[in-house]
Amino acid sequence: MPKLTIEDIKKIRDDHKSVVTMREGNARVKIIVHMATCGIAAGARKIMTAIMEEMEKSKVTDVVVMSSGCAGLCSQEPMVTINILDNPPVKYAFLNEEKIKRIFKEHVIEGHIVEDLALVIGSEMSY
Amino acid sequence: MKTYRSNIMLCGGTGCITTGSLKVRDALIAELEKRGLSDEVSVTLTGCNGYCAQGPLIEVHPEGIFYQKLTVADVPQVVEEHFIKGRPVEKLMYKDPALKSSVPAMKDIPFFSFQVLRALRNKGLIDPEKIDEYIARDGYMAAAKALTEMKSEDIISVMKDSGLRGRGGAGFSTGLKWEFCAKITGDVKYILCNGDEGDPGAFMDRAVMESDPHVVIEGMIIAGKAIGANKGYIYVRCEYPLAVKRLQKAIEQAKEYGLLGENILNSGYSLDLEVYLGAGAFVCGEETALMRSLEGKRGMPIPRPPFPVQKGLWGKPSVLNNVETFANVPQIILRGADWFKELGTEKSTGTKVFALSGSITNVGLIEIAMGIPLRTIVYDIGGGLPKGKKLKAVQLGGPSGGCVPAHLIDTPVTYEDIVKTGAIVGSGGMIVIDDSNCMVNVAKFFLEFTTEESCGKCTPCRVGTKVLKDLLYEITEGRGKEGDIELLLDLAADIGRSSLCGLGQTAPNPLITTIRYFRNEYEEHIHDKWCQTGVCKTLCTFVINKEKCKGCTLCAKKCPAKAISGEKKEPHSVDQSLCLKCRTCYEVCKFDAVSICPGKKIDKEEAAVCSEVVV
Repeated sequence: MPKLTIEDIKKIRDDHKSVVTMREGNARVKIIVHMATCGIAAGARKIMTAIMEEMEKSKVTDVVVMSSGCAGLCSQEPMVTINILDNPPVKYAFLNEEKIKRIFKEHVIEGHIVEDLALVIGSEMSY
Repeated sequence: MKTYRSNIMLCGGTGCITTGSLKVRDALIAELEKRGLSDEVSVTLTGCNGYCAQGPLIEVHPEGIFYQKLTVADVPQVVEEHFIKGRPVEKLMYKDPALKSSVPAMKDIPFFSFQVLRALRNKGLIDPEKIDEYIARDGYMAAAKALTEMKSEDIISVMKDSGLRGRGGAGFSTGLKWEFCAKITGDVKYILCNGDEGDPGAFMDRAVMESDPHVVIEGMIIAGKAIGANKGYIYVRCEYPLAVKRLQKAIEQAKEYGLLGENILNSGYSLDLEVYLGAGAFVCGEETALMRSLEGKRGMPIPRPPFPVQKGLWGKPSVLNNVETFANVPQIILRGADWFKELGTEKSTGTKVFALSGSITNVGLIEIAMGIPLRTIVYDIGGGLPKGKKLKAVQLGGPSGGCVPAHLIDTPVTYEDIVKTGAIVGSGGMIVIDDSNCMVNVAKFFLEFTTEESCGKCTPCRVGTKVLKDLLYEITEGRGKEGDIELLLDLAADIGRSSLCGLGQTAPNPLITTIRYFRNEYEEHIHDKWCQTGVCKTLCTFVINKEKCKGCTLCAKKCPAKAISGEKKEPHSVDQSLCLKCRTCYEVCKFDAVSICPGKKIDKEEAAVCSEVVV
């Protein structure tokens, strides 16, 4: 390999940033795929795979994906919750691959809630 | 680089590998494959996580959930529940001893939450065998800055201003050491790293080298530029095979990227690094002895001055710094001296890594801001002593250090405060001693170590440590005489003053501090032939107090020598001719009915009196 310059090192750093961002836990966006029995049965795996593909394609470095349990609305699965730092969480329901790709582009990357697909903003009260 | 939604950071430190983390890794990889998750969840083997007591352990990102004591059998459940269904497995999480509830996140576990990671900032976060992951955490950016934007004087001025003191034990200003060497003109200079960690109970440097080898290399590049050295060696004991392997791999990777070798980053500066394996002699941690060993000679110290910064390796100006010292350098260069000084005290800036061991719940590796009290380390981070044992002392600094007694537990951990107690911060070994330990024996243990490890070059150390050790042996065998304590102290002072190197100069410290704080134990051993802890076998007799004994038969059942007899609900007694003095009866009795009496032959009447006295 030819000798690296400082620019090369910076590029390596930026290319690998996403990995350590996730480990550091300082992500800007957290996407939660609800993957309980109901979610998996309704096709949450495909949604998860689609998100992973979009992540790689877009080379985002500040987004993490997590799986989580049932959101309580089993009839509307597959569902995801998008948490953007300092914003209330947004839930999307009845998802398919097309819809999640759109949500990824418009909400996760560009930061606008996809209103026609969103189910609810905010979360339940908890004590 | 491939994107994963989840990273399993599996601890691959020596401790966890011993408890089976490699088997757990294979099982995890196989199970993820089976469940079709290999493209979504990655498994990374990291360096030592520090919480060795709970291994094998994993931290799962991005959630930051911490699982402990994993076995191969747990793997299918973790994969199914956590990675498919997103439900963390509670039974494998850390349990708060007080609340008995599961605490999932690492940052909520007291062992971790009181720590500040600087030297260990990459531990558990990167794969130590991948240079790209090190670079992703700003790795080699400090070297780039030092090589292209800073002059030698600038680097030295930042280091001096940061107040960083050598983490190997002596606590000498790192910036000042570099400055001395930089000012000496010479065509050949050497930058050396001391990885010959030898104190019993210390494994700080091992952890840094295993979990983040590149930080050592980067620190050495910066130091090399500051002093004008183009060749460097990392001296590691061969007993650290994993550290050696990872350092060598890291050097290869750095060379491939042009971060070592000729004209690094087109800055005009060149540095060649090599790992040198030491055979594991304690004295080779002493700088002049280490350099002789590097030259291929027998590892023996030579008198200073001239100091190594003037005449070091092969007679050339050399700077030797400890592993942890180098690990601190890149962040200081990148973030500045003021950032470094935010933590710690005026004279002891920054953080320090300690290896916590002995009678403590959380055995492991910790990094704390200097200046926090010893109490926080023992009781909050360390989780206190196990099973109701009482703190007697904390041993700091290994064979060169001393004991801080329980009543000084609020001493802040700084170079200057610890020295006042007679101990030293040292390289970071911290051994917690409970009330079942005999302090004369503790001193004997360290003297046995230094006697064995003395290189034999100078008489005070070679003969003196042996005389001290033999005297202590006599005392623990019941042959101590009037005046022995004074003789010990007198000899100790002479050995400290007249020995050639640090080994001999500090060897009497464990003895001096135990006499200072536990003189009564020495006196009891000598005058009363009594070891109250029952450790010195010839100086104790185990006696059951008739009044207190409820006849529960527990001690009789547990006695390995069948030396205890008695009817149920009747007071028991010990047959002294059979007793092995193993302390079992003393430990198991729930009614405090077993007393440890002086070691001479005693009759029944005396025994009764003695047990009252003791109670």
